[in-house]
Amino acid sequence: MFINEQREKNLFRIISKEALASTITRYVIEAPFIARKRKAGNFVILRIMQGGERIPLTIVDSDVAAGTITLIVQAIGKTTKLLATMREGEFIQDVLGPLGNPTPIENHGVVACIGGGVGTAELLPIAKALQSAGNTIYSVIGGRTRDLAILEDEMKECSHQVFVTTDDGSYGRKGLVTDQLKDLLDGYVGINAVYAIGPLPMMKAVSNLTKQYGVHTLVSLNAIMVDGTGMCGGCRVSVGGQMKFACVDGPEFDAHQVDFDEMMMRNRTYIDMEKISDHRCTVYAQADVLEGGVAR
Amino acid sequence: MTNVNPMKPSQRMKIPRQESIEQEAQVRNRNFQEVSHGFDEERASTEAQRCLECKDPVCQSGCPVNIDIRSFVQLIFQKDFSGAVNKIREANYLPAICGRVCPQETQCEEVCTLGKKHAPVAIGKLERFVADYEMLHDSFTPFHIKDQREEKVAIVGGGPAGLTCAAELAKVGYKVTVFEALHAVGGVLRYGIPEFRLPKAILDLETERIKALGVEIYTNFLVGRTATIADLFDEWGFSAIFLGTGAGTPTFMGMAGENLSGVYSANEFLTRTNLMGAYKFPENDTPVKIGKQIAVIGGGNTAMDAVRTAKRLGAEKAYLVYRRSRTEMPARVEEIHHAEQEGIEFLLLTNPTKILGDKGNWVCGLECQQMELGEPDESGRRKPIAVQGSEFVLDVQIVIEAIGQKPNPIIQSTTPGLKTGKRGVVEVDDKQTTSRAGIFAGGDLSRGGATVILAMRDGKIAAEQIHQYLLAKHNGELVQ
Repeated sequence: MFINEQREKNLFRIISKEALASTITRYVIEAPFIARKRKAGNFVILRIMQGGERIPLTIVDSDVAAGTITLIVQAIGKTTKLLATMREGEFIQDVLGPLGNPTPIENHGVVACIGGGVGTAELLPIAKALQSAGNTIYSVIGGRTRDLAILEDEMKECSHQVFVTTDDGSYGRKGLVTDQLKDLLDGYVGINAVYAIGPLPMMKAVSNLTKQYGVHTLVSLNAIMVDGTGMCGGCRVSVGGQMKFACVDGPEFDAHQVDFDEMMMRNRTYIDMEKISDHRCTVYAQADVLEGGVAR
Repeated sequence: MTNVNPMKPSQRMKIPRQESIEQEAQVRNRNFQEVSHGFDEERASTEAQRCLECKDPVCQSGCPVNIDIRSFVQLIFQKDFSGAVNKIREANYLPAICGRVCPQETQCEEVCTLGKKHAPVAIGKLERFVADYEMLHDSFTPFHIKDQREEKVAIVGGGPAGLTCAAELAKVGYKVTVFEALHAVGGVLRYGIPEFRLPKAILDLETERIKALGVEIYTNFLVGRTATIADLFDEWGFSAIFLGTGAGTPTFMGMAGENLSGVYSANEFLTRTNLMGAYKFPENDTPVKIGKQIAVIGGGNTAMDAVRTAKRLGAEKAYLVYRRSRTEMPARVEEIHHAEQEGIEFLLLTNPTKILGDKGNWVCGLECQQMELGEPDESGRRKPIAVQGSEFVLDVQIVIEAIGQKPNPIIQSTTPGLKTGKRGVVEVDDKQTTSRAGIFAGGDLSRGGATVILAMRDGKIAAEQIHQYLLAKHNGELVQ
């Protein structure tokens, strides 16, 4: 029986590791219980060692037969940088999940999936599920530069059409994902819903744009979390004027109801202390440190 | 019951109650080491002489887990410290913890006969002493389990209720598995109660002793998400399940400014500090914010833990803001006393109305109003009423709300047929049975918010009930 085979395996071994960009890595991790229950939109809380912090990371994919989950992580803080130094065969101390509510998947007809940076990795399972539900998908993936516009091939497999934008014009259209989205909304494809995952300023910009068009938009909020099970309330966000916990009430919410400005400021709460932690993490001293927020 | 102490009662009564050795208040409010070092051997022996060895030991009935207090105190008198701790362990597998966090003054010590005219026997300190003595001398003797039983029992939640239930069932011979969502067991003992009241090394050691009974522990396993209750019955093959997932969801007052940076639930503040070890940042990675001035809202034990923690983390002014008066405070007298000694400033009859923020979304003040006490409310406590025109602003940079918790809804929402009541508690009868056959519950999950020892009591009663349930089931199946 499954359980008897797997029960000794609540250990989280890194099965494989593959660089997708200079700071973005794909990890396949042994986590059989999580793999069985995981749905698109779920996340895990991970702690790589004793004394380490607990960080939320979206589950990108899972393989029930192999008992594995896939995470795609950008090395931007101490924990994610240390994770990047771990090797195949090594064990991650703690992985808890699947957490959060699965993404509500329905057939909207035509949808737009907007991914920014490593957010595209979190968007991928949702796009796949939306495709399975019969949607026609127009995807826009963006990054500051060519390197950070990831998973184009994978997104192509589940999308009707994929557009790439880069801030510096090094690949695809020069500009922001919202420039491309605006063209799609203005065009005749008839987008009925938008799913957007990426940095908070990007999700805010998408939300502001789709509000003008009255198109329902879901965003996934990367709030700071500790336990990830509704216990601390650190991830609280204002949605439609109500206090919500991103971990158990989300992580996805109706973008037009989210107070992005408040959340951006909340995500900067520990920025001074994150710098201290990061400074101590000498391994990746040369790495490009992005501003604010938690690693996803 | 024979007496072991040759002294006359009048002689025993002349001995003063022994005081435990404590760190100086002005020293300890800057460190996370334990406040009290408890009794040494001499004090413990002297204290044990005070026991009147009552024919009807009322102290035992005052104990929620029914420890044979008279006998263990007699064993201390006879200097059989190992015998004493094993006597306690017959009724309670977590003596080092209970000796530290139980409110003895409202339980065993409250009813102690000696306490009618004199100070009661320091039962809690004696319990702690024998447990500590055993640790110090490494003299733990594992419990001998007579029978092995076929059935497997799942314990959901590794807090005081769950650990107690696990230990009691393992002692009877069941195969017990504890499922814990966090990365370490203990529940509120781990994330809530600070190091200076309950060192985590003690919790770790008590946990090892439970594991030595054959109890299997899965951490990083959130029942309801990683597997459901139905999975535990159908796929894992458990015959009964005990739910002890506590009351971990924080409540907020609902006033303006609660999403400012610098506002914490007591749960988050304590979890960062205790579970994640933020008091050792940056050695540990998890940070916690502290201001020059901080305010903790509430009057319970959690509020005391939070405000005393904040002081230790370096707050110059640590205020406890409570809307009623000292008499209505639900916290243990000892904790209130310790907090005062450590320089916590109590703002009583003070009701917070709004948290003020600056441009960067940071807390810069707490608006409060003075209260006065009116008629008793439904809780029997006098209801606080606002005094018109008494508003003022408290200069603080951190606000911590410790106004109560409610059960986490994950299990209830993923377990069909499990009846819940007010504030989401799981409904149980006096035997801790729920509305679902084979599912038992206890602790804060069914109480809403109580003490460690009451959670342990529930776990113990549930274990007895699970045993009866499985015996009946076993026999019934044999008949068929």
